[in-house]
Amino acid sequence: MLYSIIASGLAVGAVYALIGITYNTMFATSRVMSFTAGQLGMLGGVLGSMFILRLGLPMVVGLLATLIVCALIGVLTEFVAVRPVLKSLEQHLYVLSTLAFALLIQQVTAIEWSTEPQPFPRLFGIGEGIWDEKYWLPVATCAVTIIGLEYLYRRTLIGRAFLAVAEDNFAARALGLPERNLRVASYALAAVVGGLAGFSGGELLLAFFANGPQLNFYGFIPVALGGLGNNRGAVIGGLALGLFQQSANFAVGGIFASVAVFVMFIIILLAAPQGLFGSGTARRV
Amino acid sequence: MHITRAKLTAFVPYMLILAVITILPMTGNDYRALIGTRAAIYWILIAGLNLIVGYAGQLAIGYVALFALGSYTASILAAGTVTPEIPPALALLAGAGVGAVFGVVVGLPALRLRTFYFAMSTLGFATIVTQVALGWQNVTGGGIGLSGPSLPAPFDTAWGLYWLCVGLAVVFTLITANVAASRFGRALIATRDAEVAAEACGISKPQLLVSVFLFAGAAAGLAGGLFASLQTYITPDAFTFDLSLLFFISVLIGGRGSILGPLLGTILLTLLPEIAAPLAAWSTFVYAGLLLLIVLAMPGGIAALLDRESRKALPSGRAIVPQHDALQELLGGKRLQQRLQMSGILLKFGELRAIDGLDLSVEPGEVHGLIGPNGSGKTTTLNVISGYYRPQEGSLTLGGETLPAAKPVKRAARGICRTFQTPRIIGEETALENVMIGGTLAGRASFVEALLALPRARADERQIKATAMGALRAVGLDSLADIRADRLQHSELRFLEIARALMLHPRLLLLDEPAAGLSVQEILRLGALIKAISREGVAVLLVEHHADLIFDVCDRVTVLNLGRVLAHGTPAEIRVHKEVVSAYLGA
Repeated sequence: MLYSIIASGLAVGAVYALIGITYNTMFATSRVMSFTAGQLGMLGGVLGSMFILRLGLPMVVGLLATLIVCALIGVLTEFVAVRPVLKSLEQHLYVLSTLAFALLIQQVTAIEWSTEPQPFPRLFGIGEGIWDEKYWLPVATCAVTIIGLEYLYRRTLIGRAFLAVAEDNFAARALGLPERNLRVASYALAAVVGGLAGFSGGELLLAFFANGPQLNFYGFIPVALGGLGNNRGAVIGGLALGLFQQSANFAVGGIFASVAVFVMFIIILLAAPQGLFGSGTARRV
Repeated sequence: MHITRAKLTAFVPYMLILAVITILPMTGNDYRALIGTRAAIYWILIAGLNLIVGYAGQLAIGYVALFALGSYTASILAAGTVTPEIPPALALLAGAGVGAVFGVVVGLPALRLRTFYFAMSTLGFATIVTQVALGWQNVTGGGIGLSGPSLPAPFDTAWGLYWLCVGLAVVFTLITANVAASRFGRALIATRDAEVAAEACGISKPQLLVSVFLFAGAAAGLAGGLFASLQTYITPDAFTFDLSLLFFISVLIGGRGSILGPLLGTILLTLLPEIAAPLAAWSTFVYAGLLLLIVLAMPGGIAALLDRESRKALPSGRAIVPQHDALQELLGGKRLQQRLQMSGILLKFGELRAIDGLDLSVEPGEVHGLIGPNGSGKTTTLNVISGYYRPQEGSLTLGGETLPAAKPVKRAARGICRTFQTPRIIGEETALENVMIGGTLAGRASFVEALLALPRARADERQIKATAMGALRAVGLDSLADIRADRLQHSELRFLEIARALMLHPRLLLLDEPAAGLSVQEILRLGALIKAISREGVAVLLVEHHADLIFDVCDRVTVLNLGRVLAHGTPAEIRVHKEVVSAYLGA
């Protein structure tokens, strides 16, 4: 029992962590928390199932097609819901514009795909019991993503440009960095991470249009836990959340597990508003 | 009371709505009763939500959760399957109570964190409530649901319930309008658009928000109970996120800081599915598209379209002429005079000593100039005094009493008021309303008294308004009292901030570069005004770069450099001080 709690906890935790990274990646270059993060996770599952099961594409092609569509949606998000409201960031209009865009995605999926959970293909057919691929696949994907992002940010020019924009976009622009294009690229990158989250967790969460809002909320908790923009914090927070949720699931049952998670969320926000690994507040006066 | 034509025309839309409400039952069509009742119920919730979204600017996107909670609470209690059976009226009230409690719980993140966290917590709460409603079968009936409270006669018919809900809707319209017009309503808008200024006026955002969350939660819970009665049977399916969107978009479509706008929005969105029935499957899509459209194309909503007043031209060539007698009237009389004393203040940011052992005293009845090159610590000194920074060492007292560090919201009550380097003004409010923000602490009526517009709340309003008019006269802006602040010139905003700071009869007035951006003529008038304020016994600390103004009006001048006092003395002494001349004033 304990092992299966750990296995499923780490698996959903890894999905939450990846959604958290999706939030962070978009936030870094735009200071916008976008409600599309969870929808991208949902799309990873739906598109994967559509390309591989419904259209019968090979797994690798299906994955690539999924990620490409996600990336396009990421770029579209930037153009439609983020760029027009960046001028008035302090009015928080982005909350509304990204929420609206996320709901459009969700409703189109519900109508064009299905309102019932659909099966997700078994990708490798490796492992059983607690070593089933549906458990270790998200964890492995999360690890690969983190390593990939670290490599991107530390070793490549474009990754350093991302960091520069994230640190101070005025200074970055003054240095001649194409801030706007970098922002678009970061939205595409974030969307790919979100798509990966849904794809790798597809066997666990299924291809279901209503996964969007769930992932939005559960993927945001790691961000709140780890501090805005802190990817390592998001991974630790995500895994912790997954374990907590699955233990609560076992201890008090499904419905009250979500109540427990919500209570924990509120308590953490009140006790450590900057997150457990976050930095101090910005200058106000 | 003098009723202007503008005020009269403002009532016309409400009269029309009331007329429709009265005419509707004459058609005798029960389906129309259902739609009318539904609109009234939605409005009860939205009226409360409007204070949160439209006034406080907090994005509560999951209010359907509180609606569902009220619904289930009332239904479960009235059914008596789990608890002893409770009369339906009491069950409805219990639903409102549960709504109020959870309204605060969900709102807790909004008290300290940026609004996205609040949006998330309401969204999370909405998903959880539906899950619990589905899963907790022996209480909620799970997916099968349970019957709503059936109200006693005369509310047991379609039209009976209609009149009950419409009546309540009218009551909620009136009481939210009361709050909106009170110091609480203005303070809510202030925390939305000028949070730091609100804090400097002594407005405690958490306290204010808790009152509003309680009220809006109760409204949502009550609406939920009535909804259960209307539906006669409720299942979790009745409380989809669509409904939440409808509530939320009604406010946005109506426009921020308006009662009429969201009311029209509610009516419009309730009728929309009736008109566009074939679109039912796409309802979320329509709502979401509408939301995107409003945000991108008309952030002002219906209210902005209705607001013709603000498109009239302003008189050109107007001048700011402070009136001395109004100032004396405002600040006159015997008042507590207190001296500000800072000694040995040390403030470090990391290793940087922003203020390095500063001693400074500001005497009542004097203007004290604080000058120095950029980065010498002038504004930082003001921020220490107004409680934004906690110095590592040193003491800070006013009239011998220590001022607690890092408590900016407590400063106004101690008689410390300030202006800001960039004016922090609420653009959507009139000049008069902006100044009235400064008098928030002067009110004595509680939130509940303001809700019901009891005599004490009305007296507060009259008194704050009179004082604010006086303050506007004192700084010379009385002719612009009814003009929206975002239409004023920069120099006028500077004087407006001073008027706001004078509202609480400050003992210490902090001015952060008030002359920046002013014309020569305006600087002269500003100088005379500052001097006149100090002569009424106020201690004035003036941070400024205009050397002429400093030497004209100051009784004492302190020169800072790198966080330390470089020189201190009368303007005449400073003007010839060797180091000051070489470091700052220039040869």
